[in-house]
Amino acid sequence: MRVVTTLFVTWLCLLVLLGISVTSVVMLSLPWSLVAVAACALSMILLILVLFMDLKHSRGLTRVYATGATLWLAFLITLTLADYLTR
Amino acid sequence: MPTATKTRKPLGDQGPVAEQFETMGQQRDANRLGMWMFLGTELLLFGGLFGAFVTYRVIHAEGFAEAAGHLDLTLGALNTALLLTSGLTMALTEQMSRAARPKATFWLLVATIAIGALFIVIKGHEWYKEYQEQLMPVLGLPFSYPGEQPEQAELFFNFYFVMTGLHALHMLVGLGVLGVIATVAWRWRNPPRIARQVQISGLYWAFVDVIWVIVFSLLYLSRV
Amino acid sequence: MSTPSLEQRWPRDHYLSGGFRLRDWLLTTDHKRIGWLYFASITFFFFIGGIAALLIRLELITPGGDLLSPDTYNQMFSMHGIIMVWFFLIPSIPNTLGNFLIPMMIGARDLAFPKLNLLSWHVYTIGALFVVLTVLLGAVDTGWTFYTPYSTLFTETAVLAAATGVFVVGFSSILTGINFMVTLHKMRAPGMSWMRLPLFAWATYATSLIMILATPVLSITLLLIAVERLFGIGIFDPALGGDPILFQHLFWFYSHPAVYIMILPGMGVVSELITCFARNSVFGYKSMVISIMAIALFGFLVWGHHMFVAGQSMYAGVMFSLFSFLVALPSAIKTFNWTATLYRGRILLTAPMLYAFSFIGLFTIGGLTGIILAAMAIDVHVHDTYFVVAHFHYIMVGGMVTAYLGGVHFWWPKMTGRMFSELWSKVAALALFIGFNLTFFPQFILGYLGMPRRYHEYPADFQLLNVMSSLGAGALAIGYLLPLVYLTWSLFRGKPAGANPWGATGLEWQTSSPPPKHNFVQIPRVSEPPYAYRNQDQETTG
Repeated sequence: MRVVTTLFVTWLCLLVLLGISVTSVVMLSLPWSLVAVAACALSMILLILVLFMDLKHSRGLTRVYATGATLWLAFLITLTLADYLTR
Repeated sequence: MPTATKTRKPLGDQGPVAEQFETMGQQRDANRLGMWMFLGTELLLFGGLFGAFVTYRVIHAEGFAEAAGHLDLTLGALNTALLLTSGLTMALTEQMSRAARPKATFWLLVATIAIGALFIVIKGHEWYKEYQEQLMPVLGLPFSYPGEQPEQAELFFNFYFVMTGLHALHMLVGLGVLGVIATVAWRWRNPPRIARQVQISGLYWAFVDVIWVIVFSLLYLSRV
Repeated sequence: MSTPSLEQRWPRDHYLSGGFRLRDWLLTTDHKRIGWLYFASITFFFFIGGIAALLIRLELITPGGDLLSPDTYNQMFSMHGIIMVWFFLIPSIPNTLGNFLIPMMIGARDLAFPKLNLLSWHVYTIGALFVVLTVLLGAVDTGWTFYTPYSTLFTETAVLAAATGVFVVGFSSILTGINFMVTLHKMRAPGMSWMRLPLFAWATYATSLIMILATPVLSITLLLIAVERLFGIGIFDPALGGDPILFQHLFWFYSHPAVYIMILPGMGVVSELITCFARNSVFGYKSMVISIMAIALFGFLVWGHHMFVAGQSMYAGVMFSLFSFLVALPSAIKTFNWTATLYRGRILLTAPMLYAFSFIGLFTIGGLTGIILAAMAIDVHVHDTYFVVAHFHYIMVGGMVTAYLGGVHFWWPKMTGRMFSELWSKVAALALFIGFNLTFFPQFILGYLGMPRRYHEYPADFQLLNVMSSLGAGALAIGYLLPLVYLTWSLFRGKPAGANPWGATGLEWQTSSPPPKHNFVQIPRVSEPPYAYRNQDQETTG
């Protein structure tokens, strides 16, 4: 079954990404460790959403809502930070 | 146990349609969309916490980074790996239920529940360790922190307990739901319905994974 | 169409016939009956909140504090705010009229998730019980905003019970929002395209969007207050380097968009009323739709205008002020479009239309004073004065409550199958308009002169305006009590209304009144744009 193989490969990728982000925190210093952690976390989330939650085969509408919620969270964080960073 | 029926429609699309809908396609789309919207609200529920944490992480950068160093990275990473694995078993459950394989469905559900429970046990152990190290500023327990800025560290640990606690609560709800579905899958009376239930709860379970990846990255990996 | 006799007009089998045991109501999954459950619950809370308001106004007749003690006064305005915002205004139009009408307007048999809809009401009820508990425990005195650190570290009142109540009722909002959104996406009848949706449905859509995107942030914020009071986990505790202003950010991320939960449905109702009683299709349908969605979007970017003087950075203030001005744009488009819809219409001055006219006037005043408040320099002067109180009451009471009552009158014949007294309904609409202005216009002046809100006593110079305001509150109370009387009377004695007493377009008027259990005998097919009043006039006369 091809789907099952895809799921296993996804799982392996997730574990590798986890490994990378943990080692980068131990090995690297500030700007790069942050970049690595953020990039790994983002990739892991996308892999789970697209493959484990089957966003790949979902309707466009579902994808719009999935990104919409993320966008609103971005509003919350950026506008709040806009206050703290300009005090 | 009945064998898989050989029709062209996927298993989840069989069975009677609920009375408010016209077609099963409409019903399936509505259920999926509803679940995704609910997950969107869950993201924003945690989002308030994430937003608050990021703000403090920016204004108290050093204190928070130092406090993060007092968390057990090994156990955290182990738990993340466990949760990702349970995500795999849940996704496999969905495939097996869709292929109308009762035994595989049931045992994969049991595996998912077992891994999830192990996560909770490890999380509990971590909390106990922090309690012993007096890093648990809850209910007026003593908080003795060896580092530079104990107040900011206390703030950090407040976040740690709220975030991991709320996440664990979601895990427990998920475990309960999966437990119910596992018993239903054991009897295997209404396969189309089971396939639909597995799919919808699978979305929830995977989403709890997503939340944990963020929690883990924010708390454990912000130590530099 | 010839006029059928009264006996023929009354359908033999409808959603209210059969089933008057308690469980036929408390366990019903019929969206129309659930609409009634909400109707009863929010009416109850409206009058509880109203009593608190009345006590406040009675206290303020004299400059000295004679009726209520300072503490009781604080508890009164807090309970007034909490009950009116979360237990009346937010569920008002969406959960009563929306529940009743959305499936009918789009030609569906029910909402997408009928059981979830019932659950939503039960969740509301559980939240309501916590509010009752709060009152029994001696109320809260934090104001409806629960600002930290007062709410977490200092007050001895029942913050935990109140916050739990609001937390719980938030989930009712979320569930209803999801239900409406999925219904509007997936349940529309054949031919009911997005650009054929009634504006009420569009407004409900936008409202639901705000409900599901904003309410979770309120939930977590209240949860953080609860864990601080229960477990001592301080997230906003200044002693630890926590920031109370962060609480305000999170709180207003929900509570400003919540203001649009409290006005968008009203705008939707008014669009239906104006078009029906001007016998005209709405002016600029597409711009109306875009405005509704624009208000929902911009509403999320303006919350900082509540915090101009709270210690927020000046630059953030400028940004939030700018975004706030932007909201005026779509709101103005809507107001102009309503007036343009009247142009060359055949205007019928029915009671619902009187409410709609009141809405436009009062909303305009409320909106324009909002622009004044969004200007930072002026806000420094009038912040936390009665100017602000008057401003948001013009929006929430002058706007939303007026629209709600207009909508209840408009759809009452559909909901009950009976007509109400024309004369008394017009008297009530007028009493509301006069009483409202008398209550709240003096408060603009009071605020501008510098009278702060939330004080139980004031300098004697302010007495005349305060007396006017309190008298107005009495007239306003008459405007609220009258409908309770004649609408109840009409339930039993009103003339049968027939399917479409107002000659309105819209699918909900094409089924009998009261509608059958699943709304339509046959799912309708839609072939024309909304508000085709011109076409209708050519076909029938009168």
